Amino acid sequence: MKQIVVISGKGGTGKTVITASFAALADNKVMADCDVDAADLHLLLQPRIRQRIEFKSGVTALINKEVCTQCGKCREVCRFDAIDETFTIDPISCEGCAFCHFVCPSKAIEMKENLSGEWFISDTRFGPMVHAKLGIAEENSGKLVSLVRKKAKELAEKNNSDWIIIDGSPGIGCPVIASLSGVSCALVVTEPTLSGMHDALRVIEVAKHFGVLTKVVINKYDLNPDMSEKIVETCKSNDVEVIGKVGFDKSVVNAMVQGKTIIEGADGKVKKEVTDIWENLKQTL
Amino acid sequence: MILSVASGKGGTGKTIVATSLALSISNVQILDCDVEEPNSHIFIKPEIANKENVCIPVPRIDETKCNFCGKCQEVCVYNAIAVLKDKVLVFPELCHGCGSCSYFCPENAIKEVDKEIGVVEFGKSNDIQFVHGKLNIGEAMAPPLIKAVKKHIYSIKTIIIDAPPGTSCPVIESIKKSDFCILVTEPTPFGLNDLILAVEVMRKLNIPFGVVINRSDLGDDKTDQYCQKQNIPVLMRIPFERKIAEGYSRGETIVETLPEYKEKFQEMFRKIKENNNF
Repeated sequence: MKQIVVISGKGGTGKTVITASFAALADNKVMADCDVDAADLHLLLQPRIRQRIEFKSGVTALINKEVCTQCGKCREVCRFDAIDETFTIDPISCEGCAFCHFVCPSKAIEMKENLSGEWFISDTRFGPMVHAKLGIAEENSGKLVSLVRKKAKELAEKNNSDWIIIDGSPGIGCPVIASLSGVSCALVVTEPTLSGMHDALRVIEVAKHFGVLTKVVINKYDLNPDMSEKIVETCKSNDVEVIGKVGFDKSVVNAMVQGKTIIEGADGKVKKEVTDIWENLKQTL
Repeated sequence: MILSVASGKGGTGKTIVATSLALSISNVQILDCDVEEPNSHIFIKPEIANKENVCIPVPRIDETKCNFCGKCQEVCVYNAIAVLKDKVLVFPELCHGCGSCSYFCPENAIKEVDKEIGVVEFGKSNDIQFVHGKLNIGEAMAPPLIKAVKKHIYSIKTIIIDAPPGTSCPVIESIKKSDFCILVTEPTPFGLNDLILAVEVMRKLNIPFGVVINRSDLGDDKTDQYCQKQNIPVLMRIPFERKIAEGYSRGETIVETLPEYKEKFQEMFRKIKENNNF
């Protein structure tokens, strides 16, 4: 079984549209949406949720004001400015380190488990999918990503699947790192802009840092062919292969509006470009 | 006045809106808080005059003093310390730097040492003051670096914060204490889905906000309908223009590619100030 994660560094380069196309093209696979704080894959795959499970993670301090003597010890040790003069905890600033809980001489501080989100096992027209929704302003996106991946793997093993197709999140931090571990390949989707190239190079470095095989796709390459050429060259000098290019085409947006993948709803040229990328990737792995 | 530019979905145009606005008004400081993938510098082109390494404190165990009692492991909720029979393992990438372990160690065997997670760089471009953070490759935790960037807010200026995408801790850290937030979206199902999440963040943090619809003529009209229904002001619409996209790809703001936009950004800024009594 092989796992492919689609990442980008910069947001909005087309990760999810490409992932959904792979979902349409690959045989015998499980999909996983690891962009847990702004998930979009479900908009194209329209999952029917079979199982919905609470994601509990981390703790938040809560001061019992009847027991609290306002000695100030907790405020002294808190490094996250989460306790104000009235000895009220700001749950958004609280990192749940429990320093205050341990230090409180009156035992007035309790640590409460957070309900940080939900995760789902669903059916889609292309096969099973594991996805999640992190609660608004919640932490631990990395942990939720790891959980989604673990469940997707269990499911793939049970079904004897050949592929796990993973939609990653933008950036290079905690959720991205969690989505990279143990994959067969990280596919970096970029665009021919200075920002796209700058961000792709950073995320390629991250993938290399963790020893992950990395390939690149240039989306909307014809918006700036010179820049696309530059990206190809820069990738070459970084020992990373550009395995395909996809042209800018308004039919991609139209397909998206109808909840369809490129394979189902976009014009022939883009469809072929994306299909070629998938075939190419399959060959390589 | 602190004005944040955020989005939920990535790639909707946060940076180009933030930098175009910065170039349209005077007395500005711009802070790029997207420390994982900072891009504002590509458009502002500041001359970097100074930089500062940002570290978080992580524990170092003095094994000559340690008696392996296990207290540090017990108080560390992040599982960043594992105490074995005759060895202590520290996992700095899991540490949040709360300081609990060293405080509670009965043998005084834990010292906190600095671990670099990234840099903050400062500079200037014409009259614009510029600050951004760059997370080191392989580091997971952006919020402490974002905090370090925001320490350099120079409050007599109009502050523009370019925020990262998403709805979790890095976004919250970036937009916290803002007076107003501009949410940049695009009228596609992805854009709308993530705009709704971003609006929930604004309401949770109690930050007044409005929406800029980028590439406003691609996609459908559901974003407009949503804003109308929710009584959310649409501050500006930017239709798709190949010229803007091409300019962007070279590192040009909208107001450099199409100077007539300068007035639109000024007008938006004036309206935000008026409607929110700044």
